Parts: sequence; structure tokens; C-alpha cells
Amino acid sequence: MADGTTVTVDDLVAWIHRFSDVIAEHAEELTQLDSAIGDADHGTNMRRGCRAAVEALAATEPEDVTGFGRAIAMKLISTVGGTSGPLYGSFFLAFGTSGGSTGALDAEGAVACFRSAVDSIAARGKAEPGDKTMLDALEPAVVAMEAALAEGSSLGEVFERGTAAAEEGMHATTPMLARKGRASYLGERSIGHQDPGATSSWLLVRSAAETFAA
Amino acid sequence: MKKLINEPEDVVAEALQGMERAHPELRINHDLHVVVRSDAPVSGKVGIVSGGGSGHEPLHGGFVGMGMLDAACPGEVFTSPTPDQMLEATKAVDGGAGVLHIVKNYTGDVLNFEMAAELAAADGVDVEAVVIDDDVAVQDSSFTAGRRGVGATVLAEKICGAAAEAGRSLAEVKELCERVNAGGRSMGVALTSCTVPSAGKPTFELGDDEMEIGIGIHGEPGRERRKVAPASEVAKALVDPIVADLPFESGDKVLLFVNSMGGTPLIELYIIYNEVAKLLAERGIEIERNLVGPYITSLEMQGCSVTMLKLDDELTELWDAPVKTPALTWGA
Repeated sequence: MADGTTVTVDDLVAWIHRFSDVIAEHAEELTQLDSAIGDADHGTNMRRGCRAAVEALAATEPEDVTGFGRAIAMKLISTVGGTSGPLYGSFFLAFGTSGGSTGALDAEGAVACFRSAVDSIAARGKAEPGDKTMLDALEPAVVAMEAALAEGSSLGEVFERGTAAAEEGMHATTPMLARKGRASYLGERSIGHQDPGATSSWLLVRSAAETFAA
Repeated sequence: MKKLINEPEDVVAEALQGMERAHPELRINHDLHVVVRSDAPVSGKVGIVSGGGSGHEPLHGGFVGMGMLDAACPGEVFTSPTPDQMLEATKAVDGGAGVLHIVKNYTGDVLNFEMAAELAAADGVDVEAVVIDDDVAVQDSSFTAGRRGVGATVLAEKICGAAAEAGRSLAEVKELCERVNAGGRSMGVALTSCTVPSAGKPTFELGDDEMEIGIGIHGEPGRERRKVAPASEVAKALVDPIVADLPFESGDKVLLFVNSMGGTPLIELYIIYNEVAKLLAERGIEIERNLVGPYITSLEMQGCSVTMLKLDDELTELWDAPVKTPALTWGA
């Protein structure tokens, strides 16, 4: 189990189990949000992908962070489809690459992995904060984690601050005008709806906080 | 929801099984959902691969065959296919001259095809991609995901397929694809919504007396919603923005493609074709070639789209070249 100072590969695997459970719990809600401004499949696609990722982790039993990231990335890419598949896939691929062949990350290492992962989503999706996307939850989360780290906060505090920032960022997507993806075709009509991608991204960060600080 | 299906989650898999039985000339990978022409890879020929969400049949699987696509990757209904499918398709059709990906401009399709191209390149396959974005309904395209890829995709697949069959290089086939995209413009209209099997209810709501002008092929919103009107007015609402956009001018020779969204019968398509032809005649635009029928559909949606492609002698010749696929066959 998590010891509160390091994140082991087992903790990372537990994070994905937790994420998969939370996605399943929120699948209806995610699909509902997606039906307002997208194509009503975010919950269904993410649930299918996360289940497959959990199975892939059980089958591959990764020993280091790179192996962990790659196993999930390839599974999400090949099962989620749509836009979320390659974006979350890029997240985990970069997360793993950043972590390298180590079996445990300290707080600094874990945040570095998140930074690299979020940058990778931005590059793949060619999106910026403010476009009403996943990035609006993830970028503030990483900024908050980096700030907490600089202040010498504990691993638990770092991820709690990240979660709070992700939640705030998610809520902030509601008044935004979508500039990326299918929602952008709605123009002004995209205003007033919370972004489904930002919502699942908040759940991703929250699952990490719940697992790593447990 | 009334549909001739068994289980919603089996729709794509069972349709592919049926397609294989109906068209033994196609090779279908049922694990990855890839449709490949049976003689692929053709040595020395550029491979042409396309793909996208299912629900637009016959696009893309119905265009696999001699003179058109070498492989198609159908995703779940209205959901992009995945890079592993696209990689499999790319490798299956690589005859040593490289592979062209024809991608409709939807965020998911573009991201997945980009990843597939990176994976294929890592495996030593020469891959180029052209993104088709011909839907004039999308305004302010610099502030959105951009114009969607619709009817011009069918024309690009035919023309590039003919060029590849004639032995043109990857660079040449890519240039032709870009030319079709640059000279092709489309606009659609919906009279009814459509229902994705796994969702079970209509993608969007449209009143009995309403139509959505500028609809996307997944039910994306268009430019405006208005009361249903006679075909003559609908034709004008589609043609005017198309002509103004390129712009098409007096003396231009075009290919006119009038397409059903799936639920509109051929008799109505011909009425629209008649109206569009009159409008183009008034503007001095000459219809050199045409295509009328359901070729890029949106499940059972009622409605149609109009696509115009500016022709030159080379494009006309490639359009006329023999093709033999489940959905488009002539000269072969």
C-alpha cells in the first residue's frame, strides 16, 4: 500500500483500478455531459477503455513506470476510440516515458510524470487552456502540484492541491466557448455546459490523490 | 428505437460478417475490423487507406476494391477507428510504393490517424495523409475544429484510387487528393435526426416541421434551423453557400454529387438534382459529371447533401477510370 512518501508501480496500478471504478460510477453523468455538447459516448467509451486497461495491467504485470504507462496507453488507444483514446493514451505514454525504468517515484518524480503527461495531451490535441477541453482541468492541476512541491508539501498535500485545482478548472469550463473538437461546431451554444473531458480528467487526478495518499 | 439489428454492441461486427458473405472479393479482419481488397498488397502500387466511424455506409468499406480504396477501417458507429486498426490496414496494403491516408476532418479521426502514421513510419512504411475538410456549413473555422470532411471524401477516394491504379507515385496521389479537397465544397440538410444503436435515442431533436441547414454527417449542428420548404428553396440554401465559397464561376466545369443521408429516397434526390442543375445553369456552371445516390450517409437520417468539385481534364479522366467496388462500379 501507499506509504505517503513514494508512489510505487503497485500504487500506480491501484490508481488505475480506482480510476476505472470511479469512471464506471460516473459513466452516465459523463455521457450526459457529452450529449449536451458532444456525441454522447464519453462515459461509455471511457468505461470500456478503463476496464480493458485494468485487464491489461493484470496481464502484463509491469515492473517499472515505463511499462505501466505503455501497457495502459496501448490499451486505451486501441479500445477507447474517438478523441479520448489517443489523448489519454498520449498522457500515459508520456507519463511512463518520464518515469523511466524506476519502480517507485517520489513526490517530485510523480509530479514530473504528470507534467510530461499533460504537456503531451496539449501537443497531441493542439489545445490550450481556455479551449474547453481536458486541459482546463489538467493544466491547473499540474501547476498547483508544482507549486505545492516547491513549498515542500507532502505527497498527499501535493495531490490534494492538484485535485482541488482540477475541480475548479473543470467548473470553469462551463462558461467557456468550445474551440476544439466536436463541441466547437456549436459555437455560442457550447456555453453553459461543463466539458465532459475536463470532468473525466478531474476524476483521474482525484483517483491519484485518493490512491497515493491513502 | 426501431432497427433491424440483434444487439446494439454487435452492429459493426455483424455488418462486417454480412459484408464478407455478400462480397467474397473483400478480405475482412474480424478481430481488428479492417476491410482489405483481396489482392492487396499490389506490388509497386500506392496503397489508399481510409476509415472513420461506422454509420456512413457505403463509406468507407463499400469503396474497397480495384480503382478506389485498398483498405478501410470502420470504427464503432460514429466513433473514430483506432490506430492499431489503421496500422494493420496500412501494412496490409503497402506494396512498397507507400500508403496514403485519406482522413475526414474530425478531431478523433485526425488524432488516431496521426498516431497510426507515426506507428507505420516506425515500421518503415512511407505514409502520407490528406485531411478532407469540404463542409462549407462550418463558419469561423479558424476558431473551431475546422470544416468537417463530408462528400468530397467519396470523390477523393475515387480519384486517388484511379491515380494509384495507374501507377502514380505517393507524392502525385497526395497532390491529387489535396486538389480534390481544395476544389470540392459541400453542404447538407437534415429533415430528421438519426439514432446511434448504442445510444438508443435520436442524436438530436428536430421538430416535425423543421429542417437543419448545414447538418454534419453525425448530426452536428449546421448554420440554421428553419421551417421545411419546397425542394427548390432547399436546393438554393445548399447551392448558394457552396458556389459563393470557392467560388465557382461561370464557365467552370464541375462534378455534381447529390447524396442521400440514408433515409431520403432516390426520387427526392432527383428532384433536388433537377433544382440544383437549374441553379447551376443560371450561373453558367457546367455539370460535366455527376453522382446521385446514398454514398456518405448518416444512418437513417432523412436529408441530403450537395457536393461540387471543380474539374479539370486530369480529374475528369481519373473519375472516368474503371472502378470495381461493392458500391461503385463502372468500366471494369
